[in-house]
Amino acid sequence: MADGRLCAKLGLTMKLIYRDQTWELKGKITVRDALKKVGLRPEAVLAVRDGKLITEDVLAGQDDVIRLIAVVSGG
Amino acid sequence: MKCTKCGQPAVINMRQHRLGLCADHFVEWVPQQVQRAIEKYDMFTPEDRVLIAVSGGKDSLSLWDILLRLGYSVEGIYINLGIPHDSYSDVSQQKVEAFAAAHDTPFRVVNVKREYGESIPEVARRKRGRSPCSTCGLVKRHILNEVTLREGFGVLATGHNLDDEAAVLFQNSLHWATGYLARQAPVLPASHAGLARKVKPLIRLYEREMAAYALVRGIDYIYEECPFSRGATTLFYKELLDQLEAESPGAKQQYYLEFLRARADGRLLPADAGKPVLNQCQKCGQPTTAPGTCSFCRLWDVEEAAHEDSNGDS
Repeated sequence: MADGRLCAKLGLTMKLIYRDQTWELKGKITVRDALKKVGLRPEAVLAVRDGKLITEDVLAGQDDVIRLIAVVSGG
Repeated sequence: MKCTKCGQPAVINMRQHRLGLCADHFVEWVPQQVQRAIEKYDMFTPEDRVLIAVSGGKDSLSLWDILLRLGYSVEGIYINLGIPHDSYSDVSQQKVEAFAAAHDTPFRVVNVKREYGESIPEVARRKRGRSPCSTCGLVKRHILNEVTLREGFGVLATGHNLDDEAAVLFQNSLHWATGYLARQAPVLPASHAGLARKVKPLIRLYEREMAAYALVRGIDYIYEECPFSRGATTLFYKELLDQLEAESPGAKQQYYLEFLRARADGRLLPADAGKPVLNQCQKCGQPTTAPGTCSFCRLWDVEEAAHEDSNGDS
């Protein structure tokens, strides 16, 4: 779900991908704040950028693609 | 955030330990936690042959990886339950096969439909009143117990993590199910003839840490949840406990580990609580709380099916 209204409202730019949802946010904010803005619980996901796991305090921004992995899965 | 040990960028922040670690130090730290649990609860030694129940998920595959890295003598067992949605069982089996091939390590497969004639969804449909999840639990417990003993393994290891155990504890506390509370433990001893010793080496680790470990180690696991588990109450309990953890780091760990301590000290339950009287199943010989035949054997007995009730007594 590329939520155009959300992008316009927040005025930010990074891409967050979680399952079949995508959010595009403008500006430079921490992963934790980005998760909160799109309504995800930071403790429920892990964030991966360029194939590497990153912590929630990392500042992400323009051109960053953050893939989110659900903590609870499988089995 | 920087790694507490070397100052490189951290891949994980474990607030309950006030510890941030880089990839290298994190994949060193996780096996240390597992080894600590193995020793603290006397789970097994390098001399024991360990059978690991693997589902293809992050926890069991990571456990396999960790025990191999720690140098234990391990073998995997995958039970194909025949869950057809999106080929869930077959895709899970492929993940297990790929892991075993990459690590050149032995494993075996038990295919429920091939072995007993029906898949888990099929038998659950036939036995109206029995949910696929309770049927699955019963079948897995029986097969794992049987193979562990028959093949001479010293112990059966499962990939339950601290979040799994805390969610079960929460559920059992809500119902004050004292029998279950008395038996929920990191080690279930072979307390009765026909019962295999069962251990949970991941009980010191949060689910989040196990997912991170699988990612950092490049373990390819089944990412989707079991189609039958969607909306399960344990997932809801995990979410509640996570909310508590977010406000109070370490709450989950304290809740579960203090429960174990309190029970071990006799502060919670009398020492003989939760010890059911076990009989021997007339058909398969495995221990059962039921008189006559056990739930597992009754599950497959079409003639008896019409007469029996649907309450499990695994």
